Amino acid sequence: MINSAQYNIKGIRNDFPILGREVFGKPLVYLDNGASSQHPTQVINAVKDLYEQSYSNVHRGVHTLSQESSNLYDNARVKVRGFIKAACVHEVVFTSGTTESINLVAQSYARPRLKKGDEILITHMEHHSNIVPWQMVCEQTGAELKVIPISDRGELEMDQFQALLSEKTKLVSVVQVSNALGTVNPVKEIIDAAHAFGIPVLVDGAQAIPHMAVDVQALDADFYVFSGHKIYGPTGVGILYGKEKWLNEMPPYQGGGDMILSVSFEGTTYNQLPYKFEAGTPNIAGVVGLGAALDYVNSIGLGAIAAHEHGLLVYATSKLQEIDGLRIIGEAEQKAGLISFVLDAVHPHDIGTMLDGEGIAIRAGHHCAQPVMERYNVPATARASFAMYNTFQEIDVLAEAIKKTIKMFQ
Amino acid sequence: MENLRELYQEVILDHNKNPRNFRKMEAPDGFAHGNNPLCGDQIDIYLKITNGIVEDVSFDGTGCAICTSSASMMTLAIKGKSEEDAMALFSSFHHALTEESEFPEDVPLGKLKVLTGVKDYPVRVKCATLAWHTFDAALKKLKANVSTE
Repeated sequence: MINSAQYNIKGIRNDFPILGREVFGKPLVYLDNGASSQHPTQVINAVKDLYEQSYSNVHRGVHTLSQESSNLYDNARVKVRGFIKAACVHEVVFTSGTTESINLVAQSYARPRLKKGDEILITHMEHHSNIVPWQMVCEQTGAELKVIPISDRGELEMDQFQALLSEKTKLVSVVQVSNALGTVNPVKEIIDAAHAFGIPVLVDGAQAIPHMAVDVQALDADFYVFSGHKIYGPTGVGILYGKEKWLNEMPPYQGGGDMILSVSFEGTTYNQLPYKFEAGTPNIAGVVGLGAALDYVNSIGLGAIAAHEHGLLVYATSKLQEIDGLRIIGEAEQKAGLISFVLDAVHPHDIGTMLDGEGIAIRAGHHCAQPVMERYNVPATARASFAMYNTFQEIDVLAEAIKKTIKMFQ
Repeated sequence: MENLRELYQEVILDHNKNPRNFRKMEAPDGFAHGNNPLCGDQIDIYLKITNGIVEDVSFDGTGCAICTSSASMMTLAIKGKSEEDAMALFSSFHHALTEESEFPEDVPLGKLKVLTGVKDYPVRVKCATLAWHTFDAALKKLKANVSTE
């Protein structure tokens, strides 16, 4: 298998300095992109340039540096709007990441609306960050959390989803791509079905955003959330997209500076969107880095990236299936970005350590999705997750290393 | 991968494949459940204590090779020892895995020495010590029960 001639894999890899390093004397094979992806020079330089040329606090100073920093910060928001095709720039709220985005919606949207007898609907394949915030809000309000079951292959039981929808349901929150199984969920279908009942939908796009083009208006998502560090940007920055009508109705999540228009001891007038939800000095460098990351992804093209990664997924699936004693966890028809697997004779943590010895970085563990592990009756899995810079040769290295691991543990 | 032979020595791989004292115990005197939430390792430790002596010890659960073999070797190492001697061995073992300084030789590690390669893999130290922490917890629970009765 060779890399497509049109896809300049060599050029892309050269943009990521860390890919040139070795681990235990072997070339790094980085297959832990589902946990966090690496950074191209363009992102590193954007952050470096900010600190070296323009850095100051945003939205406060009249001086040149503050103006420049504010411009860079605001421009990044414009880039995010374009990237997810939001209707307005002020529907894009900067948070610290997917987790904070979900907690914000849980506390600011759901909590004031929910009462005993109401229901929130999630799926069995959610990351803990799309389970626990809802459990907390259920505890606070007396509402109940309902779970859409998944099949043995790792697909949502859509019949059961339909059956679970009712006038009691007040919010549906679903993951677009499962971080533990790789399943791509039919979020458009889910949103349409929920909207038929007048129920808003939050889509957790943390694992989807680096792998596929997202159009929040075409999806008609009410909320869409993701993190910067899974799409080649810095950690500590994430996005909450919300439809304007919801965001306007929601009270601020945190109080502080930047989220107010005026403050007196008699009362405070909140700032307009999106600043209402951005209390305190934001992660300025993170936001600027995320803007650069989205520019970089656009320069390669999500279509080309998706095609390349799909090729990797198909190739890796066939190579891994050939290995005796290896079982792939998650065999949905539609998958993106990753393969979870277990070996009969070797625990995932030992796989992780053994592969590390070959320079291969994978994730081993429950992937913050313990209900998924329980569903498939495994304590943990090993997960190889792909990015735009991975190669078919790296899949060969992975498959060989897995075979060696099995041999050593025989 | 050959560099990992130091970590995954034959003895360790053997204990992983054929763990000793790997069984539930009927009516144990002491019991504790150990859990490493980061990796999902789960170990149950069962104890029979007579006159302060670990008369029998067994374990059950799921874990990686380091976790399983360490639990297996622990059962062999502490069976027949007094509670104090078993805990002293735990201190020595813990020290050898986590401290830079030489561990006190007054409690020799014996066969447990093969596990000290884990020291070079800091994230795996918890795997090697889970069984011991669980043993410690089982002893403490036992004592708490005795003292409140």
